[in-house]
Amino acid sequence: MDFNDTPEEAKFRAEARAFLEANCKPKAAENDRMNRSLNPAEYMKAAKAYQKKKAEAGFAGITWAKEQGGRGLPPIFAVIFNQEEAKFDAPAGVFAIGLGMCVPTVIAFSDEATKDRYVAKALRGEEIWCQLFSEPGAGSDVAASKTKAVRDGDDWIVNGQKVWTTGAHFSDFGILLVRTNPDVEKHKGLTMFIVDMKAKGVEARPIHQMSGGRDFNEVYFTDVRIPDANRLGDPGQGWGVALVTLMNERLAVGGSYGPDYKEIFEFAKTVNAPNGEGALIKDEAFRMKLADWIVRAEGYKLAKFRTMTALSKGQTPGPESSIGKVINANQMMDIGNTAIEALDHYGIINDAEYAPLEGAFHQSYMFAPGLRIAGGTDEILKNILAERVLGLPQDVRVDKGVAFKDLPTGR
Amino acid sequence: MNFDFSDDQKSLKDEARKFLTDKAGAKVTRRVLDDAKISYDANLWKDVAGLGWLGAAIPEEHGGLGLGRLELCVLAEELGRAVAPIPFSSTVYFFAEAVMLAGSDTQKTALLPKVAAGELIGCFALSEGPGAPTPASIQAKFDNGALSGAKIPVTDGDCASHAVILAKDGAGISLVLVDLNQAGVTRTTLKTLDPTRGHAKLEFKNAKAERLGAAGQGWELAEAVLDRAAVLLAFEQVGGSQACLEMATDYAKGRYAFSRQIGSFQAIKHKLADMYVAIEVARSNAYYGAWALSTEAAELPFAAAASRAAASDAYYLCAKENIQTHGGMGFTWDVDCHLFFRRAKLLAVQAGAPAVWKEKLVKRLEQRNAA
Repeated sequence: MDFNDTPEEAKFRAEARAFLEANCKPKAAENDRMNRSLNPAEYMKAAKAYQKKKAEAGFAGITWAKEQGGRGLPPIFAVIFNQEEAKFDAPAGVFAIGLGMCVPTVIAFSDEATKDRYVAKALRGEEIWCQLFSEPGAGSDVAASKTKAVRDGDDWIVNGQKVWTTGAHFSDFGILLVRTNPDVEKHKGLTMFIVDMKAKGVEARPIHQMSGGRDFNEVYFTDVRIPDANRLGDPGQGWGVALVTLMNERLAVGGSYGPDYKEIFEFAKTVNAPNGEGALIKDEAFRMKLADWIVRAEGYKLAKFRTMTALSKGQTPGPESSIGKVINANQMMDIGNTAIEALDHYGIINDAEYAPLEGAFHQSYMFAPGLRIAGGTDEILKNILAERVLGLPQDVRVDKGVAFKDLPTGR
Repeated sequence: MNFDFSDDQKSLKDEARKFLTDKAGAKVTRRVLDDAKISYDANLWKDVAGLGWLGAAIPEEHGGLGLGRLELCVLAEELGRAVAPIPFSSTVYFFAEAVMLAGSDTQKTALLPKVAAGELIGCFALSEGPGAPTPASIQAKFDNGALSGAKIPVTDGDCASHAVILAKDGAGISLVLVDLNQAGVTRTTLKTLDPTRGHAKLEFKNAKAERLGAAGQGWELAEAVLDRAAVLLAFEQVGGSQACLEMATDYAKGRYAFSRQIGSFQAIKHKLADMYVAIEVARSNAYYGAWALSTEAAELPFAAAASRAAASDAYYLCAKENIQTHGGMGFTWDVDCHLFFRRAKLLAVQAGAPAVWKEKLVKRLEQRNAA
């Protein structure tokens, strides 16, 4: 038992570091969570330039096959690159969904001509992709999507609405899950397409979140024409295609967000305990909570080391990586809330000029509710753990054997 | 990255599982539970000694197998899973670790071969009454080779032949070694929540004793022994937690209510998923403790406290929710849920309750940051 790289891994890590040192600035601190100082247009330019260098140096598509422009290495090497990249202020975020989920799906379900058209450009950062699955009426139950596509000659005509689409406003292409047959069971009437986000009739509108930001979009489709050549998989096979996309989501190793136990530990030295006798860090009730946060944060970090170990031995990690978000989102909520309450009346101030850590605890408090929902709600992730890890039976299905058009929809 | 047990250690674990499935388990644990006159299963103890487990981490020169602490960790997980009714932890994690850590060559030579051979049951006595002990609360007294005072409760104190005791020694506190089979020692068996392990009150009246380790170093030595034992106990707790989750999962698949498997209800799924998450957190922390223990890393005190805090909470959660998943049947004497529920509480409070370890964890974070 040790935490060392194999010689091959160490060599790769050194290469990755050399590349990053040559092309990015290191983060100021381990827990640096700075906001981007660049405006969106400058940031996008920097991101595309960085991705191009990454591709040229062989650090994009590390696990992809060589014929797709990848390096054909096992997943452990992608994890190592991500670990090193996380130490730098690298503008890699805008490509994560496209390269992590969308393009692998395109590769899995396209002919050579389609792959030639899209894959290399995505890898070099010339085109950005988004994923269009969720709808106002299809969140956890994404197979209930009702955005519809109707065949018209060599094209399909799409009408409907998608929601929670990250990066829709700056994306060039998206993978789009639509209903092509409402007369069969809901999982059997779906089809997946590549959609040109700049096409006529596609409109992305940012969603104003409760946290104040506008990180996601709703996307409206009005008589949008998609050529049949852009279809991924057969008509009616869209759910199977979507599952491949969602499986790739799992391999994206999630990090923690916002202040964690180390930050609230430092903070607790600076505010009074509720009984007014010394600092909060001396308060036993606080110390018990702090211990729980340490245990969970370290436990999650160490669980990832176990996953890395499995990857390093060439094994495939399963759905057990779903524990990460369940732990982190709730911990983020709890730490933000505890810090705010510890400030007493002053805790209501989230003005960066007055609030501790420039309001980072307040940001956690306002963003954590979204994190508990995004990318699978806590409840759905627990269902996944229960069904796929523990092998418990699926819930009783009321939609079995019922045509999609006859399903009750409610609100 | 190689944060896992080796193939050899995993096959030791498989062998241990096979052996304990055959020779231990609920039937054996219940023999001790149902008979107030016996405090451990002598056959299982003999078998375990025969396999060399008692001396797994004892060096070969002292009659052990000379394997590492990682091997002991995998055995601990399996013993915890089996709710084994034997004084293994007292003898191996506490007594033998204390002797290896603080003992003179003479003491090691005299005691460790007997431990390895299964001829000596040891125990470790800290508590003297309600609440967590402190250096100021210790009243047992060691003076001129004689021990006086009382310890209550002492896990496996009713069957042990030797004890390591924390006692006042002049101005300081020392660890002392006592042969319990002598005139100056009185044992009173205690009723406890977990009758599958023996417990006693030990009273000493000028009992013949000797120091273990340097005079005045007792508290620090005891802390060091507790850190080592904490990691091993955490593996027992992880093993017990995992057994509860498997038992509850199995039941949820087979039990029908409202004409469907109860495991198809989200209320049950989410309960079991919570148990799974708690176990993964505890297991990951315990692995870190195992690494720190086996490499004598400076991180051991921090890792031990995190292991113990995580594992105590996980076992409590898993043991109580296993009962809940079983419904009314889970509340009966005949279904095994309560064996885990009892053992979970013993393992949580012996050697320091969860709050004590959480306090240690934060203190050690403070020390680490100050360093």
